[in-house]
Amino acid sequence: MKTKVLNTPIRDEDILDLTIGDMIYLNGYMVTGRDDVHQRVVLGGKKLPVDLRGGALFHAGPIMRERDKEPGRYDVISIGPTTSMRMESTEDAFMAATGVKLIVGKGGMGDRTNEGCKANKVIHAVFPGGCAVLAAGQVEEVLGVDWLDLGMPEALWQLRVAQFGPLIVTIDTKGNNLFERNKKIFNEKKESAIAEINTHLHYHE
Amino acid sequence: MNHAEKASKFIDIMARFTDYSSKHLPDDILLRLREMRSEEDSDMANIFYDAMFEDLRLAHELSRPCCQDTGMLQFFVQVGTRFPLIDELSELLRESVIRATRTAPLRHNVVEVFDEKNTGTNVGTHIPWIDWEIIPDSDEVKIYVYMAGGGCSLPGAAQVLMPLEGYEGIVRFVFDRITSYGINACPPLFVGIGIAGSAEVAAKLSKKALLRPIGSVNPNAKGAELEMRIANGLNAIGIGPGGISGKSSVLGVHIEQAGRHPATLAVGLSTGCWAHRRGLIRIDSEINYEILTHKGATI
Ligand code: SF4
Repeated sequence: MKTKVLNTPIRDEDILDLTIGDMIYLNGYMVTGRDDVHQRVVLGGKKLPVDLRGGALFHAGPIMRERDKEPGRYDVISIGPTTSMRMESTEDAFMAATGVKLIVGKGGMGDRTNEGCKANKVIHAVFPGGCAVLAAGQVEEVLGVDWLDLGMPEALWQLRVAQFGPLIVTIDTKGNNLFERNKKIFNEKKESAIAEINTHLHYHE
Repeated sequence: MNHAEKASKFIDIMARFTDYSSKHLPDDILLRLREMRSEEDSDMANIFYDAMFEDLRLAHELSRPCCQDTGMLQFFVQVGTRFPLIDELSELLRESVIRATRTAPLRHNVVEVFDEKNTGTNVGTHIPWIDWEIIPDSDEVKIYVYMAGGGCSLPGAAQVLMPLEGYEGIVRFVFDRITSYGINACPPLFVGIGIAGSAEVAAKLSKKALLRPIGSVNPNAKGAELEMRIANGLNAIGIGPGGISGKSSVLGVHIEQAGRHPATLAVGLSTGCWAHRRGLIRIDSEINYEILTHKGATI
């Protein structure tokens, strides 16, 4: 398990040596995007209003507060990762359309994203789920927001982050997938756990 | 205090308690998380536990919701028939949610079905969801505030099994959901299981199982034993915090049951995440309150 700091714009060579289980911290440019942003870009064919080449995408729906005397300027109250798997069906196309290099969320993603990461040289990493105030403290500035018509959690928030992490690499560029590997182990252990419990379920006369 | 003053005091207390519950975990959950962290020996898992406790510290210090997903508000109400505000209780709870949404602030989490628009207030059709129990001969109310996050609601499911599928069918149903959907729902998870004769009863009981404090057991000895066996079995899988693997998997497993039909065996599953935001408050007829889940809390 190695630790690495990534700065945007992230180049392919910055992430090719990363392997699942490695820990990273991010400095630089990151946008939020979840279900509706993927819907618009991939299914709706709309162009992302920001340049995400070399940047990071955060599967997150934050709580933001608009500043009293500065309409249109926001501060982050709480921002943690959301379930990445919901974006599984569109993430490969999103990568190809935007040039994003790092995707942060929680939980695993599937084979399709795995293939997309290999082909587009992208990594997926997790931020500890639910740790939203911790993450908020690592956001230096909310640079702007687009697509606010989607509502606060779904909008495309643009952030500058510093020492954002800990992030654990869960899909690398070499085809490894930490959660898929874990799932196999969990499923094997599951069968023996169930078999053990089943020997104790004699409730009928 | 006249009736209107009582109503406005009630809204104020419930708004502040809802706000507070979004920022602080109840004592039983905190205690269990500390135990789990002290038993954990994987480096990766401990990075997660450290992040969780640092997050809770910051949430308290900065007075912010500890998770950005402050969920949909659900109230489980046990109201005395002589509680003075019984008639307008649901309207008052609605007002409290609107207020807490501004003060905390809570994330806007209510999307109207068919219109597909976020209401922006955290109230909407039948939301906050209110579950009623009427208590005869009482003039007080006990209210559980529960914040049902999206991630931790996602593993929820109910199914009606045929009796010959047996309790084995129930065990498999639970394990299959937890090892698939559960790993993405911010483990360590709190697993609620309902067993009954039809889907909606099993589902509702599964959520009520999560209101019971960790450490309490099913009143039926066999039920209590099954809770323990399922918890041990899930822990042996080693899902770990955040699903990245570790020494254990669950905060606890609770089962609630109702009588079933001879021809059906229904199972319901609800899951809570590590950030299990559940608060219990008791309010008397003079609108004095006592917080039962967070010792020493000031709101
Ligand atoms: S599962 Fe729980 S801790 Fe995780 S993001 Fe959802 S509400 Fe927050």
